[in-house]
Amino acid sequence: MKIHEKIIVLFLWMCSSITVLTTALIIWILVKESVAFFEHVSIIDFLTDLEWTPLFSAKKYGILPLLTGTLLCTLISIFVALPIGISIAFYLSEYAPDRLRSILKPTLEILAAIPTVVYGFFALTVVTPFLKDFIPGLNTFNAFSAGLVMGIMIIPMISSLCEDAIRAVPDSLRQASYSMGSTVFQTSFKVLLPAASSGIIVSIILAVSRALGETMIVSIAAGQQPNLTLNPFETVETITSYIVQVSMGDVPQGSIEFQTIFAAGLTLFIFTFFLNNLSHLIRRKYQEKYE
Amino acid sequence: MNREIRNKVFDIGFRIFGIFSTFLGVILIAIFISSIVQAGFSKIDWNFLTGLPSRFADHAGILTAWTGSLWILALSAIIGIPVGVGAAIFFEEYAPKNSLTRILEINLTNLAGVPSVIYGILGLELFVRSFKMGSSLLAGACTLSLLILPIVIVATREALRAVPQSIRQASFSMGATKWQTIWHQILPASAGGIATGVILALSRAVGEAAPVIVIGALAYVPFVAESPLDDFTVLPIQIFNWVTRPDPEFIVNASAGIIVLLSITFLLNGIAVYLRYRWQKKMKW
Amino acid sequence: MSQNESSISFDFTDRAKKVKLEAIGAHVYYDDNHVLKDINMIVRENTITALIGPSGCGKSTFLRLFNRMNDYIDSFQLSGQVLIDSQDIYERNVNVENLRKNVGMVFQKPNPFPKSIFENVAFGMRIRGISKKTELEGIVEDALKNAVLWDEVKDRLQKPALSLSGGQQQRLCIARVLAVKPTVLLMDEPASALDPIATAKIEELINVLKEQYTILIVTHNMQQASRISDKTAFFYQGQLIEYEATRDIFINPRKDLTERYITGRFG
Repeated sequence: MKIHEKIIVLFLWMCSSITVLTTALIIWILVKESVAFFEHVSIIDFLTDLEWTPLFSAKKYGILPLLTGTLLCTLISIFVALPIGISIAFYLSEYAPDRLRSILKPTLEILAAIPTVVYGFFALTVVTPFLKDFIPGLNTFNAFSAGLVMGIMIIPMISSLCEDAIRAVPDSLRQASYSMGSTVFQTSFKVLLPAASSGIIVSIILAVSRALGETMIVSIAAGQQPNLTLNPFETVETITSYIVQVSMGDVPQGSIEFQTIFAAGLTLFIFTFFLNNLSHLIRRKYQEKYE
Repeated sequence: MNREIRNKVFDIGFRIFGIFSTFLGVILIAIFISSIVQAGFSKIDWNFLTGLPSRFADHAGILTAWTGSLWILALSAIIGIPVGVGAAIFFEEYAPKNSLTRILEINLTNLAGVPSVIYGILGLELFVRSFKMGSSLLAGACTLSLLILPIVIVATREALRAVPQSIRQASFSMGATKWQTIWHQILPASAGGIATGVILALSRAVGEAAPVIVIGALAYVPFVAESPLDDFTVLPIQIFNWVTRPDPEFIVNASAGIIVLLSITFLLNGIAVYLRYRWQKKMKW
Repeated sequence: MSQNESSISFDFTDRAKKVKLEAIGAHVYYDDNHVLKDINMIVRENTITALIGPSGCGKSTFLRLFNRMNDYIDSFQLSGQVLIDSQDIYERNVNVENLRKNVGMVFQKPNPFPKSIFENVAFGMRIRGISKKTELEGIVEDALKNAVLWDEVKDRLQKPALSLSGGQQQRLCIARVLAVKPTVLLMDEPASALDPIATAKIEELINVLKEQYTILIVTHNMQQASRISDKTAFFYQGQLIEYEATRDIFINPRKDLTERYITGRFG
């Protein structure tokens, strides 16, 4: 190989190693700062204490309120996005004529392109006031609106991943089903759904991971008050919105209050890391099945 | 007979539900955008676009915010595109197919799934503090470049993979080296696909608020950034700031800000969709 | 069979020509798969040699030995020698890029680059550092003329190559190869994706090219082999079964297997 070509390959190699470095640094930073944090706060308290008040004078460091807040919003969003997303996927792949599909798909992608701060605004200024008419006692900042809008945001993610999975099912299965006199509906749900199930599960996992890490919608619409509750109409704080809250405030860097964001961040990262790897594993498995 | 009717009903019922679901999102966007335009459009004027931020909703403008967003867009492009495309070329064309590559592969899907706020924490520790960049445009752009790296890489790899093997063979058989083949044939042939992915990634970077908040970009920056080392704010942060104020006048400002932000986002997405369309049409082997 | 006799220009001075290509005890493996078994073969300069045999018999692998295109298959292993102009092309110090400049290849499916007609033909020069416009223009014109494509494209050199018809594309691929002035042409079923008229043009072209180039051509088409080649090599299951003057092979094959293949009883 010529020398200048070797230099180019070296450069390309360096670019690709940045991806590894990024992961390594994320883990290193989160772990290092969390270790410092856990020198002051017992990990038992962190996991079992029912209150999270590091910014108050009476400090409590129980992650559970943030965790339930995060999971509550995520759960609501998945309940919204999953049925709609899967229906869209089946509709686009099995029902819609090609022309319509080629128009609808890019339109759905617009949903994915809208910045999340805009969704947050939507949740707070449109959805919450609207819901207040139906739900008495609905807090201005509540998990329900945030989750609902977050669900809308992740619809395109679920629908496009599911559609890919459904389309990957060999046509021979469809033909077999139709030749037995099945309707499109029966073919979709009795033949294609089971066949595409692992791909659909992957899409759900990735959507959950995305919802867990979503920040701006919950920061704006769900509030910034850590409550240990499963009531969706209450104000909650998620891990992500807590990190934003600390970053916006004037907490001195290096203080124990500031270190909380690393412990919280690490907790979040463990969840998403696990889910992402799980999805990768499942995807590998089912790719092998079709090859 | 009864069963037949039932099947029919389910079939038609689901078709209707499918159409409803598909259009639900579209309708929501339409409602939402029209309500924002109603609320904020009248606010957009020369003073708003060229005004500095202010505590008073009347006087507050978004000059520093949109110039900051453009800075971020440009710097992220300069940093993120070469690194992302370079990495993708390495993965796709050079990396040997072994277990190490598989780990790189898993790592890449992982990175794509890391929440943006975590990238903010990384940027804060790495660029702001260790590299002593401060909460500058450069630190913000570096952070966002890392954030969009997986998107750029995945899109670029897909575009590279779409170039048929026969092109590579033809080039090699002409005595071209690997890099000559990539530079003269594969990159030009995949440029449309790469550009689409890159622009979508940049549009994502422009819309991000969380990571830039975490690295310490301010809501109130009273001057237009003149160098990459200046403090900055971006449109999403400005909007977030306004949304969280109780005063309804600021909601009008936020709506106007959103109109500007969405214009940028949709413009970028429009370009991306157009490029993809043209590329797909041109690249028929 | 009479049409064969009339169309073959059998070269009686065969032995007087210089040896161009040689395979000596060549074995090729893909992992445990023994795809070429002890191939010994000599090809003389400025002749056309057809490689025939059923799918998977190793003829394409054999063809690609001469420009080392098999190198891209990870599990590829070669033992024995492959020589061009008495030089072993698998020796360590051989520059593969220069080898391929000397040994051009035309593929089964036309594979022009997604660029202009001009840039397709100019590519071979560009990667060798020639970028002067006038110089390129001259070479491109010559190559296109040699490939009998010039008259059809001279007014639209800047148009995309993919806008040409399949037959034109294939001649463009030949022009692209001719532009770098090789001495050997490897053709892997160059007309199999084309219609009869385009095929006839390609065959006509190959016949002319023979004056200056040593041509190895893989073909599935027995008629084509008998029409254009001087010698024919019949491969079966990785072995070179018979290698004779084309006329002999088609009229009077020595091996029963060859005869059965040629007459279409298998393959």
